[in-house]
Amino acid sequence: MTMGTVLALVGAALAVILAGMGSAYGVGVAGQAAAGVVSEDPSKFAKVLIIQLLPGTQGIYGLLVGFIALSNIGILSGTPKELTVAQGLMMLAACLPIAVVGLVSAMHQGKTAVAAVGIVVKKPDQFGKAMLFPAMVETYAILALLVSILAVNGIKL
Amino acid sequence: MADKYIYAVARIRALEMTLMSQAAIEQLVATDSYKKAVQFIIEKGWGDSDKASMDENDILRAETDKTWAAVAEMVDDMSVFNVIRLPDLYHNLKAAIKTVVAGESPAHVFFDNAEIDGQKMLSIVRDKAWDRLPEHMRDCAREAWDCMAQAGDGQMCDAVIDRGTLLAIMKAAKKADDSLLRDYAETTVAVADIKIAVRSMKTGKNKDFMKRAMAECNTLDIDRLATAAVAGMEEIERYLADTAYAGGAEALSESASAFERWCDNRIIETIKPQKYNPFTVGPIVAYILARLNEIKTVRIILTCKLNQLPEEAIRERVREMYV
Repeated sequence: MTMGTVLALVGAALAVILAGMGSAYGVGVAGQAAAGVVSEDPSKFAKVLIIQLLPGTQGIYGLLVGFIALSNIGILSGTPKELTVAQGLMMLAACLPIAVVGLVSAMHQGKTAVAAVGIVVKKPDQFGKAMLFPAMVETYAILALLVSILAVNGIKL
Repeated sequence: MADKYIYAVARIRALEMTLMSQAAIEQLVATDSYKKAVQFIIEKGWGDSDKASMDENDILRAETDKTWAAVAEMVDDMSVFNVIRLPDLYHNLKAAIKTVVAGESPAHVFFDNAEIDGQKMLSIVRDKAWDRLPEHMRDCAREAWDCMAQAGDGQMCDAVIDRGTLLAIMKAAKKADDSLLRDYAETTVAVADIKIAVRSMKTGKNKDFMKRAMAECNTLDIDRLATAAVAGMEEIERYLADTAYAGGAEALSESASAFERWCDNRIIETIKPQKYNPFTVGPIVAYILARLNEIKTVRIILTCKLNQLPEEAIRERVREMYV
C-alpha cells in the first residue's frame, strides 16, 4: 500500500470520525433536553424525539463520503489502488469539507435543537416552526456533503 | 460548563407550564371567600395530596418542599443555589438561638430545606459547637448568641444574624458563575439595606445601629443611606432617586406594601430573560425564584381573604408573575 493510499484512507476515516463525533454530541445534548421534557410530560415524546434526531444526519453524511472514498480507492473490494501522494492528498482534501463542517454544524445543530425542544414544551402547536431552526443549520452540512461527494468522485485514480 | 444543565432546564421548561399566570392569580383574587380561595389552589394541585390538608400553612409548606425536591432531583450540586438558600439557613440559626435561650420548643419555626435542619441546628446551639456550622456562619453565630444569651438583646441578635445573612449572600454571589445569581444577590442585599434604613428611621434608631445591620453592596452607599435615614423619609427617597432604585423611592413614598411589591417585581423583571435561555443554571434559579414569588403571592392573597380585605386592596399587594 502506497503513502497516497494511506492519505486517502485517513481522509475517509476523518469524514466518518469527525462528522460522527459532531452528531454524537448534537444528538446527546438534544437527547438530554428531550429526556428532561419527557420526564415531566411524556405526551411530547414523539415531537422531541424527531427534534433530537436532527443533528444525527451529519454522521450519516460522513459515513456516505467515507464509503464512496473507500470504494474509489478499492479498499472495499479488497484490492487497494496504488495512489500517488498527490492523489492521496487530493482524496484527503476532498473528505475534509464534510469532516470539519459535519463536526461543527452537528454541534451547533444540537444546541439549536435544545432550544427548539424548549419551544415544543411551551407551544406544542408550533412544532413545525420549532423544527425549522435546527433544520437551517443542516443547510451547511448538505453543502459540505455536496462538495465532498463531487470532489471524491472527481479525482481521477 | 453550561451543558450540564440541559436536562434540568428542559425539565424546568415543562414545570414552568404549571406556574400560575397573572390570569390565574386574578381568579384567585376574585374568589369570594377564604375557603373558596383555599379550594381554588387545592384544585390547582397545590398541597400534599396524601395529607389532604386544608390548612394554608401546610399547603404552602408542601409547595415549597415540592419545589426544592424537584430541583434536588435535577441538580447534583445544590450549593449553586446557596445565594437563595442562605436566608433559610440563617433563619434556622436565629430560631435555634431564641428557642434555646427561651427554653421553649415551638413547632414549625424551622425550615426543613435548609442546609442544616432545625434539630441539628438546635443541637449545635445547645452545645455552642460553632465549629459544626459552615465557616461563614461561625462568627455571626457567636456574636448573635452573646447578644441574646448574655445581653438579652433580641433585636441586636436579629440585626447581627440578618447582616450575617446578607454578607454570606454577597460572598456566595462572588463565587457564582451565573450572572443572574450575582444580580439577584445584589438586589436582595440592596433591598434589605433599604428596608433596614426605613425601619430604623421609623423606630428612631441611630446611624451606628444601621451601619451594624446593613451590608455593603455595589449599587448603594450604606453610609449615605444611613445618614439619609437619620434625616428622615424624604432624604431616603431623595438619595434613592439617584440610584438604581429610583422606582423603589417612588414606591416608598406610596406605602410600605407598595415598596415590598416593587422589590419582588424587580426580582421578577431581573429573571424574566431566563425564559429564553436554554443553557446555564439561570433558568433553574429563575424557576425557584418564580415559585417562591408565586407561593408568597398566594400567601398574601389568602391572608387578605382571611381578613376580608376588599379586592382592590388585595390587587395592590399582588406581585407580578413570571409566566
